[in-house]
Amino acid sequence: MNTLTKSEAPISSTQQPRPVLEVVEVTIRYGEKPAINKVSLSIPQHRITAIIGPSGCGKSTLLRAFNRMNDFIPNVKMEGQILYMGSDIYVREVDPVEVRRRIGMVFQKPNPFPKSIFQNVAWGPSINGFTRNLEARVEQSLRRAALWEEVNDRLHESALALSGGQQQRLCIARALAMEPDVILMDEPCSALDPVSTARIEDLMFELKERYTIVIVTHNMQQAARVSNLTAFLENGSLVEFGETDQVFTRPRNKRTEEYVTGRFG
Amino acid sequence: MKSDRLRRRHATAKIFRLLCAAVAWAGVVILAVLLFHVTREGIRWLDFQFLTEFPSRFPEQAGIKSALWGTVWLITLTAAISIPVGVAAAIYLEEFSPKNRLSQLIEVNIGNLAGVPSIVYGILGLVLFVRFLALGRSVLAGSLTMTLLILPVIIIAAREALRAVPDSIRQAAFALGATRWQAVRAQVLPVALPGILTGVILALSRAIGETAPLVMIGALTYVAFVPEGPMDAFTALPIQIFNWASRPQEDFHQLAAAGIIVLLVTLLLMNATAVWIRQRAERTGR
Amino acid sequence: MPQASTAKSLQAGASTRKYRTREELIRFVLFLCAFLSVLTTLSIIAILAWEAYSFFREVGVFDFLAGTRWTPLLEPRSFGVLPLVAGTLQIVVGASLIAIPVGLASAIYLAEFASSQVRRVLKPVLEILAGIPTVVYGYFALTFVTPLIAGIFPSTQIFNAASASIVVGIMVLPMTASLCDDALRAVPESLRQGAFALGATQFEVTLRVVLPAALSGVMASFVLAASRAIGETMAVTLAAGATPRMTLDPLQSIQTMTAYIVQVSLGDTPVGTVEYQTIFAVAALLFTITLGMNIIAQRVLARFREVYE
Repeated sequence: MNTLTKSEAPISSTQQPRPVLEVVEVTIRYGEKPAINKVSLSIPQHRITAIIGPSGCGKSTLLRAFNRMNDFIPNVKMEGQILYMGSDIYVREVDPVEVRRRIGMVFQKPNPFPKSIFQNVAWGPSINGFTRNLEARVEQSLRRAALWEEVNDRLHESALALSGGQQQRLCIARALAMEPDVILMDEPCSALDPVSTARIEDLMFELKERYTIVIVTHNMQQAARVSNLTAFLENGSLVEFGETDQVFTRPRNKRTEEYVTGRFG
Repeated sequence: MKSDRLRRRHATAKIFRLLCAAVAWAGVVILAVLLFHVTREGIRWLDFQFLTEFPSRFPEQAGIKSALWGTVWLITLTAAISIPVGVAAAIYLEEFSPKNRLSQLIEVNIGNLAGVPSIVYGILGLVLFVRFLALGRSVLAGSLTMTLLILPVIIIAAREALRAVPDSIRQAAFALGATRWQAVRAQVLPVALPGILTGVILALSRAIGETAPLVMIGALTYVAFVPEGPMDAFTALPIQIFNWASRPQEDFHQLAAAGIIVLLVTLLLMNATAVWIRQRAERTGR
Repeated sequence: MPQASTAKSLQAGASTRKYRTREELIRFVLFLCAFLSVLTTLSIIAILAWEAYSFFREVGVFDFLAGTRWTPLLEPRSFGVLPLVAGTLQIVVGASLIAIPVGLASAIYLAEFASSQVRRVLKPVLEILAGIPTVVYGYFALTFVTPLIAGIFPSTQIFNAASASIVVGIMVLPMTASLCDDALRAVPESLRQGAFALGATQFEVTLRVVLPAALSGVMASFVLAASRAIGETMAVTLAAGATPRMTLDPLQSIQTMTAYIVQVSLGDTPVGTVEYQTIFAVAALLFTITLGMNIIAQRVLARFREVYE
């Protein structure tokens, strides 16, 4: 964790790929109370990083800081830096809209727009000026989200007619259509059944070839199954961050051990 | 065994309940009596000629052509001005406004404006539009006055409709890199539209029945022509009803009743449309 | 170097600046639409203040507010507004005698007793009653209620306060009922359950527990209803008459503040004369009273909602 201090620092010294997101001494407060306390970590490219921890530990808050979704919550204050490809996304000159175009997000509950499947996927690209070959782009995104086979004959039907698992994959396709570098997933399977969950987990394996994925989950088995790296948060502080294998089998910290072995609290 | 005391308590409770029920159903009775009275008085005068004739000194020749067209002009123009302005104001307050003093002031102010007597709007319209902006006693002056009158109603209804849109839709749009306006225009507004439309129709049906502001800006003149542009003088349905009702002769009272039937049927149709839109939205939405 | 280009492209480029400008422009236009409401209020206040000011240069404020003779259009002219206020008050009291008990009882029935099917019938009926134009109520008062009263009390004048009071009461009834209903329904179910568990009957629960808990909301709805009755225009113009007088007899013709304003605007009083300015003085008084009542009621309601939400 010594490589994440400065953006100019050489990144070749570790075996990890270069970091896409770097969190530097970040504190986030709702009003006075800190929800995230001096957290630093770096998220490598083309890996799946899981953020785990008991509910209320601030994992969603941290995730939403990566694409500045906390901007919409009143009274949220952030200190420290979050660097995306080496540049601070919280400085004045940076447009949060531009950040969100590169860092996509999938939410806890599937939230498709009450429109057709096609419109759901096409809207993101079209508001950003990608109007050429929209059909191809929609198809590609749906294929990457492993949904194309199921919906290609009813693209213009309402997205609300899909099952919950399909809706969530549609939301992933919607995010992919923006061709982001990073996809943030905020407990993406918590509202889904086990079969749908397994499909999304498979999908995440395929997606990491092209994208960097950060997933927040309260499900430790899921974190252990899908992620390359795991960060354990408790009460807003980063307790441990490392290779998933190591965190789950040889945790350095007592609290982590208690949490991952289920002897928590 | 029930004591006397308990029995008395139950009796009181029962009487109270019956009393409340009787009083509550009285509203239905009143409505029925009112509709029956109006229909009985006016139905005799209600024929095709009533709709196609101009007002007249002779009851049997009098009609509501100018009033009907005046109302159509007035409401169309009012809708054209008040809907965009009202919805825009609601969007600002619900989706854009920072939580500061000024927003709070605007909000409280809209609440208070909704309670200002309509005749005061009439005075505002008279001084501001008829005289100061020199629009005269035109359809435009009337529509602008009506716009100010129903704006609070539209804004309040539209805000409620916007507030009912689940926040997850906004979040999804923002996460795709949409700006506030893109999110509102493409995703939030379509979802809120049925609710907004319902509120707008109810506000407009209030405007159709409003009389006092039109009296103030001077729409109560003998008008035997149909307005052809926004700057033309006009009369309106409630004005014509008021005119006839304020005459002593029985025949004119019955003409007023016939006018009221036309007015109430119009309102009924608008309300039915609003209910239809609401139900359709509930069926197709989640 | 890709990193440098990323850093740059996150910043506002030419295209970004373009949409940012557009976004700011849209935001500003939307703000103007919202701000229009403030301008409306300011215009009302400015117009009434300005015109009333020129009126009060001719007529003393005290003579206006405390005078008991209102004959601005007749010689000898007198500008004491109290007869109009008394007329208005008579309508408000009369209307309240109907709207308050009936509205409250209806609300209690709707909130505490009625099944959801009954609510589904009664609520729309109240909405329809609320949506009937005031001129229709005026007609109803004149051609139905007045003959009815005259049948019982032969001394009834054609234009009288009683008839107007009754229809104004019917007009504000739906508002009273619906606001009281809201207030009663805001009382948490746990309070009712607690009282029932102590062996109270429905009547006792309603009267001793629910009503006291909802009291400030109920009172606020009364104030709002009274304010609405004060501002009511067409029904009183048509049914209550045009005789400014201080009387307690509801069967006589009177004149309210609103009806006076209509009378002058329908007449041929020359614009700019002190006689004409009277409507602004009366309107200013009307506006002040209703605004005051509304602000008080809104405050009370806001505090009431805070308690239960």
